[in-house]
Amino acid sequence: MSSSDEALRQRIRQAIASQPQPTVTVLSSLLAVQDAVGWLPPEAIEEVARHTGATVNDVWAVASFYTNFRFTPPGIHTIEVCWGPTCHLLGAQAILRAVQEALGLPGEGDTPDKRFSLKLNTCLGACAQAPALLLDHHLYGRVTPEQARRLLQGLNHTAPHQEAP
Amino acid sequence: MTTYATLAQEARAHWAALHERPWIRVGTAICGKAAGAQEVLHALRRAVERRGIPATVTPVGCIGLCFAEPLVDIQKPGRPRIFYQKVTPHLAATLVEDYLLQDNPRPDLALGTLGGRVEGIAPLEEHPAWKPQVRIATRNCGTVEPANLAHYIANGGYQGLAKALTEMKPAQVIEEVTKSGLRGRGGAAFSTGAKWNFLARAPGPVKYILVNCEEGDPGAFNDKGILESDPFTLIEGCTIAGYATGATKGYVFIRHGHEGPITFTRKAIQEAYKAGLLGKNILGSAFSFDMEVALTGESYVSGEETALMEAIEGKRAMPRSRPPFPAQVGLWGKPSNINNVKTLSYVPEVVARGGAWFASIGTEKSKGTAIVCLSGQVARPGWYEVPFGLTLRRVVEDIGGGTGTGRPVKLLQTGGPLGGVLGAERLDIALDFDGMAQAGAIFGSGGIIVADTATCAVDLVRNLVAFCQFESCGKCFPCRLGFTHMLEVLDRIAAGQGRPSDLEAMRTIGQAMSLGSLCGHGQLGFNPVHSALRFCAEDFRIHLEERRCPTGACEPRLSLPKRTRPEPVGGWYARHSYAHH
Repeated sequence: MSSSDEALRQRIRQAIASQPQPTVTVLSSLLAVQDAVGWLPPEAIEEVARHTGATVNDVWAVASFYTNFRFTPPGIHTIEVCWGPTCHLLGAQAILRAVQEALGLPGEGDTPDKRFSLKLNTCLGACAQAPALLLDHHLYGRVTPEQARRLLQGLNHTAPHQEAP
Repeated sequence: MTTYATLAQEARAHWAALHERPWIRVGTAICGKAAGAQEVLHALRRAVERRGIPATVTPVGCIGLCFAEPLVDIQKPGRPRIFYQKVTPHLAATLVEDYLLQDNPRPDLALGTLGGRVEGIAPLEEHPAWKPQVRIATRNCGTVEPANLAHYIANGGYQGLAKALTEMKPAQVIEEVTKSGLRGRGGAAFSTGAKWNFLARAPGPVKYILVNCEEGDPGAFNDKGILESDPFTLIEGCTIAGYATGATKGYVFIRHGHEGPITFTRKAIQEAYKAGLLGKNILGSAFSFDMEVALTGESYVSGEETALMEAIEGKRAMPRSRPPFPAQVGLWGKPSNINNVKTLSYVPEVVARGGAWFASIGTEKSKGTAIVCLSGQVARPGWYEVPFGLTLRRVVEDIGGGTGTGRPVKLLQTGGPLGGVLGAERLDIALDFDGMAQAGAIFGSGGIIVADTATCAVDLVRNLVAFCQFESCGKCFPCRLGFTHMLEVLDRIAAGQGRPSDLEAMRTIGQAMSLGSLCGHGQLGFNPVHSALRFCAEDFRIHLEERRCPTGACEPRLSLPKRTRPEPVGGWYARHSYAHH
């Protein structure tokens, strides 16, 4: 086993062990790993199974059910476009088209250069500021297609977007 | 030992001290953040620091007036709060200069005042979006710092729990809640007192109160709003529910990724433990109660009460068959009650002020207030707490300010994606559980999405059905296959390629779904189509007969998320064989 594999396992074990709430389950552990690592590598499934006493099949059953889990590393930037009915009425499709064109993607997925991941979100919870999109955990409301394009252009040569401290 | 009297005394002193210097509050809940409130908060802090003004700058939650975000209010000692809307970082600096340094309250920039009058500024109480409101569950939202126990207690918090523990037996608490007429705000509108009674009567030493804040319905954001703005009102309500029913622990069930509600609820629970308001022997009584936050992954059905229990247990969120009902066999096989965030957030005031007081608000069968989330083509989107009985027209036109697009209302989409749509001709029905159900809609958890005449009903319904299809948990095949089939039919109709038999086909599918599904997701699955056919049949007719979209809203090639689950079984699973485990 290479040292990077071992380092990854360490990160995963750390994430599973440092959950703040008293009740630890397969689902809570998977969420903790997804938060810490950004996706669920095969090692995560194994470590969660070991920690919770579940079988690997059981853990995989839970992981494959919830749509927020990823099984491949995400791109450097993640963009989530809300397609809830409110956002839909206020122009989400146009925003999605603009984002897809800018990234050269036909739909959800990752760009070939692994810089961007696009996800459709059923509801970001910001209906009063629709249409909304989430870019690297920063929420933007009342977005226009033009603004979405500008946000992505601004990221093309920079590090992941950070919220101001 | 901490007593309520000492806590209250300290809290009031802290609150009074806050008002001895200028206090600036910035709404930084999700709606504020989406509008740029974080930048405004930093600008205010910088401006106050640069000018050496001894003012307090506090991020608060959402007062419900989301249309005005970023919303800032400034309160000078002995003066009313003055609210400023759509504040930019530049405007923030201007307000510090003009009002804090020059004492010019800038009436030209103000939205309104609360708690008194200022020359040239209309009181918020006269604003059409504020005037009809009676704020009970949302009374502190946007006024207190979320998860600040002193702020909560200084505004009357924990009076209800203190009263219950010292003056009332558990059965009396249930009696008071029954008398109040409080009904569940999660959608089913079942009597809260009756529900608590089932749990109180269930035998066994371990029982649970499960608080539902999954709130995956697009168009609803009031549960998250309460937890992000005033989590203590829910925590106190849940603790009272625990006392009344003999429950030992409460779980607050929140969807992963909603950082504000999760962070503030966790913090508030910690604070409550520190103050002796959770844990062993609460406020010196014999009553002990624990609480924690349980997260779920993205799955709409995990908000269904039995699926919710599966998710807390860490499994796939798929509904269980009933009976047995959760009050007998619930979480980990123990008796459990599932209550919505809003329902429990009323409880502290109901207990403190009495059931009769609550029952005096609202209508005959829908007591108290409705917390409605207005969004869509509406001039003033936000969330508003109004007495039941107001007409939908008053909600949409007075509070919401109409469509704001110059076009009239065409339909309302109420109560979540499964609630269906209501035609504009029903705007004069009253906001209440039963009246809305009779009109063919669901009040649900309070979401109202307004659509004007530029909307095509086929397009909107297709979006709703696509959501339901994506979110079907897959356990019951009529739901899993039914939504997929219905979406195919709607895709065809939207593209102008519908067949004469299509409407009948959807009816047949819908009937099978309602008969053959375990939970509301499949049972109500035909609702969006059914209600749209009832109120907007013309849109379907034009699509089917003239093979065009009446408003041009329909895009045949809609981008939709991946429609099947589980996802990447082939490649991933095949590469990693676990045969040896």
